[in-house]
Amino acid sequence: MQLAMTAQKRFPAFTFSADFNITGDRVGIFGESGSGKSTLVSMLAGLLEPDSGEITLDGDCLFSSSKRINLRPEQRRIAIVFQQHCLFPHLNVRNNLLYGFRRCPAKYRSVDFDTLVSVLKLEELLGRGVNNLSGGEKQRVALGRAVLANPRLLLMDEPLSALDDTLRFQVIPYLKSVSEQFKIPYLFISHSLVEMRLMVEQVLVVSGGAVVEKTGAEELARSRMRQSPVGYINLLNLGHSHRVNDIFSYSWGAGELLISAGSDRPAALVELSSKDIILFKKNPEACSARNLIRCSVVSTFESGNRVGVELASGEGRLVAEVVHQAAQELGIAVGSELYAAIKASAFRRVG
Amino acid sequence: MISLTSTDYDAIRLSIQVAVAATVLSLPFGLAAAYLITFVKFRGKVLVEVFVNLPLTLPPVVVGYLLLILLGKHGWLGSLLSDAGIRLIFTLKAAVIASAVVGFPLLVRSLRTGMQGIDPQLINASRSLGARWYDTLLTVILPLSVPALVAGSSLMFARSLGEFGATIIVAGNIPGVTQTIPLAIYEYASAPGSEAMALSLCLISVAISVVVLLLHEWMARKMARRD
Repeated sequence: MQLAMTAQKRFPAFTFSADFNITGDRVGIFGESGSGKSTLVSMLAGLLEPDSGEITLDGDCLFSSSKRINLRPEQRRIAIVFQQHCLFPHLNVRNNLLYGFRRCPAKYRSVDFDTLVSVLKLEELLGRGVNNLSGGEKQRVALGRAVLANPRLLLMDEPLSALDDTLRFQVIPYLKSVSEQFKIPYLFISHSLVEMRLMVEQVLVVSGGAVVEKTGAEELARSRMRQSPVGYINLLNLGHSHRVNDIFSYSWGAGELLISAGSDRPAALVELSSKDIILFKKNPEACSARNLIRCSVVSTFESGNRVGVELASGEGRLVAEVVHQAAQELGIAVGSELYAAIKASAFRRVG
Repeated sequence: MISLTSTDYDAIRLSIQVAVAATVLSLPFGLAAAYLITFVKFRGKVLVEVFVNLPLTLPPVVVGYLLLILLGKHGWLGSLLSDAGIRLIFTLKAAVIASAVVGFPLLVRSLRTGMQGIDPQLINASRSLGARWYDTLLTVILPLSVPALVAGSSLMFARSLGEFGATIIVAGNIPGVTQTIPLAIYEYASAPGSEAMALSLCLISVAISVVVLLLHEWMARKMARRD
């Protein structure tokens, strides 16, 4: 996908201005509430007309004030997965799914209904009314409905923000697998850095009604470490576990991780804040934290008055943060060896 | 004890005919007006709103008189129709038009409230899924406006049943031709010794209204359960 946008729109108390050019199939738009993300989405989808500018997608002009082009929403083939699912309440799941499919010209129909239903595990829901679905089911149906419209671009407008953490991380694999399987590029809009890192590679940062930065999802998370009250969130994909008394033990890096909030399930996604990792220069031999990991420093990065320290243990990676003085005292440098202490209770299982 | 003459039966039949015809004929115009006011941005929208709601605030007799000016033999529209051989004044058609005009704001207000309650994102979703504006109107807006349509139609039907002032001006009070229940009651009430007949028609009028309102409640509950 190649998207170029130069657009301005004036509101009574807000002016939106975008000027960017981006190539990639998994692009994120990151920004706080009120930053202009939804304005950008509405303009791309043709739901809001810019005062001036030009929008092109894969070389096709969607809007141009100078050429007086403004394709209607139904002509753009850009489907949206909304924050609040926006399923049609008078239609059942099957008819919601088929709404866009039936309106899509035959030459563009590449997504097969049965395959999609199977990928999203919607078989049992087809005959049900949408008001009787759970939040996660509704969002899966909304995703399926958008994909079945066979769009050239999928706009996911904060599709996870109305869901609780458990549902959020249940839905993410569906979002990714559907777009990968059916080869539909997407723009993922969110104010969550964790979601950005799980969903996209490149990110456009929107602030104060303008696109202010183009960066990578990982770089963005690191640069925002200082501003976040929970620091940098390490996301660990873990495999099988076995119980050690009341704690779950997972194979990770060169050793194992002991996690209180683990589970017997075959896979787990856990979060760990960079603030919950304590670094030692030498082996403390005894400490109350159940995880004491010998690791080496892979890289460091600055984030305000903090230093981010990327640690490696075998294939495993963790980011810890320390203040400058601690970094000096620990002699942190690329290649140096440290001990990381982490309480078993510091991990939060999210999937 | 209810006792009815053949003229009373005619009045009951004509009342129901007029109310049904006025409601059915108003529906497409009511839907169009409500859609325009709710979803379309255009200059002079306030004037359209005022015009639509005007019959609600004007005395029905004034509405009737204005219709008489418009539809009368020498009226702006009446003369055109007269040339085409169509006569409206003092016919049942005039009674239908009078009822439709007076009840129209109630229908539009109800529909408009219903349409305003539709989440705009549902309309955006429909458009982004490939639906043109009329497709969205037919497949999203109208189905979601059905409760408002039922409520508005019931109100309009009930209002049409009770219409008097505008009807007597444009349709007159001709038994068996344009005389509806309110006009018949008026005639009985004007003649000494006809109180029992007037009361009988009053009871019939109450019964019809109760049936309409019960039907409306039943449909509203059925739709609420379906949601």
